[in-house]
Amino acid sequence: MNEQIETKSILKVIGISSLGTLIEWYDFYIFGSLAVVLSTKFFPLENPTAAFLSTLATFGAGFVVRPFGALFFGSMGDLIGRKFTFIMTLTLMGGSTFLIGCIPSYAQWGYAAPALVLLLRLLQGLALGGQYGGAATYVAEHAPEGKRGYWTSWIQTTATLGLFVSLMVIFSVKNILTEADFDAWGWRIPFLLSIFLVFISFWIKRYMDESPVFQKAKKEGKTSKSPIRDSFGNKYNLKYILLALFGAVLGQGVIWYTGQFYAMTYMKKVMEVQTDQVDLLLGIALLIATPFFVFFGWLSDKVGRKWIMLLGMALAVITYRPIYEQMYQTTNTDNKTEMVNQTKVSSQKLSRSYGEEHQQITTKKYTDGTVYRLVQTTQVKPDKTEVTYHSNTKTITPKDRNMLCFYTFLQVLYITMVYGPIAAFLVDLFPAKLRYTSMSFPYHIGNGVFGGLLPAVSTYLVSNAQINNDPQFYLAGLWYPIAISGVCFIIGAIYIDKSFIKHK
Amino acid sequence: MDQIKRILGVLWLLLAIVVAYYSVFYFGIPKITSEAQEDIVFGVIILCVLTPIISLGLGFFGYFALSGAYDKKEQ
Repeated sequence: MNEQIETKSILKVIGISSLGTLIEWYDFYIFGSLAVVLSTKFFPLENPTAAFLSTLATFGAGFVVRPFGALFFGSMGDLIGRKFTFIMTLTLMGGSTFLIGCIPSYAQWGYAAPALVLLLRLLQGLALGGQYGGAATYVAEHAPEGKRGYWTSWIQTTATLGLFVSLMVIFSVKNILTEADFDAWGWRIPFLLSIFLVFISFWIKRYMDESPVFQKAKKEGKTSKSPIRDSFGNKYNLKYILLALFGAVLGQGVIWYTGQFYAMTYMKKVMEVQTDQVDLLLGIALLIATPFFVFFGWLSDKVGRKWIMLLGMALAVITYRPIYEQMYQTTNTDNKTEMVNQTKVSSQKLSRSYGEEHQQITTKKYTDGTVYRLVQTTQVKPDKTEVTYHSNTKTITPKDRNMLCFYTFLQVLYITMVYGPIAAFLVDLFPAKLRYTSMSFPYHIGNGVFGGLLPAVSTYLVSNAQINNDPQFYLAGLWYPIAISGVCFIIGAIYIDKSFIKHK
Repeated sequence: MDQIKRILGVLWLLLAIVVAYYSVFYFGIPKITSEAQEDIVFGVIILCVLTPIISLGLGFFGYFALSGAYDKKEQ
């Protein structure tokens, strides 16, 4: 009977925490999923590459402030309680996301538009910085002994599911609206939907109880009076924060963002695959791989967390280059036979706010069914200066789509190995009185800073290698995750020791 | 094992210095002084965000490792 009540109670805890966290991740990731369209709305159109990089940098700015959110809300969670902080971060996230959907475009407001987007993106980052650690701590502190890995792995699924939901919402909105309507106003819908998050967070509040471990610590007067000072000012705790960062979270963070976000950016920008096709195949890969978060979380309770995480890192280091080589070659039109007699060339002249635009569109068809649309745009400014850029898209075949789906699935599988057990690993490492602050900070440095900036850094490395005529320019972006995962693997393998894990 | 952990502490300290040097003089300053916007964004990310965390963090980690903070008997 007691066991039944216990299971029912933990299911309620998991359900509430996972729902809150899933919506939070959804809010955070729609910005990244809509990066290509946002770059045309909030930044000057004159230089599309610079606009896209600025969008990625704004996206990244939200990640960079996550550790500050972790410190602020983490110490609040260790001082006041997990429940209050959890609700606060949810409300902040929902409000910020909703407001991004309301901001007028660059054409209407000039530089005030990207400045406001950046501000709201920073608020999103602060909210997420406080939220995740709270949810993981809250669930772990409710979990029965020896089952932390399994129960916290449900929280771990929410980041991937949040990305999946964001892709599916965007995909649905795109399919309901015409291309012109989506481009004009439809892209705002996924942001505006976040207003529901604010209502859900108040609904969740009614069903949440304070964590029993925190309640006990508070009752016994064992909570910290200054969690930040106690976390970083004492060598004993600081050494664990550094170990968590360099031995686990850095590698986990870059693997997470390579397998999901960089894979997406890579297929869209480097391989030039059509956006809708990428969103769909990525969504399928995420959905198929998601149960493995729970599997590896469960397995980590049985065999330990360290080697599961390190195996994921080792596989990533060894196989990233072959995987991305195969992905690139799968849709490389140099490997396909063009039906030259079916090539069509058309041109059009468009009137823009900054002058005129001449577009030459060449559509090439290949024997396997691939369609390659090459668009060369020449902007003619009022002072008669000209700027030319290319925006090409490939419509790939179902066979190629399935292959890309498989390669993406492999990468998400590595993510489940490193990410499934990590919440339990971090919770185990720190005492209850400093847990929220101490685990949130390295987590958000690894995931927020090193992971979140990965798409911008890797995209830059690719474009730089292309400019320098590197024949394998398309693999240049992988050096960043490979180097970080490699160092992290060595440090984790040598320094992480079972004797460090002793906190209930 | 504790001896290996301590010896490798020196490696992490050296790595922190090497990363700082290359990040500042090869990836940071040349990029932020470039005229291309994408170079500047990359330079700022490397110089202002990633380098301080890697170099300071790895430096402290190396120091702790060298001083035996990660030895089994220390736990």
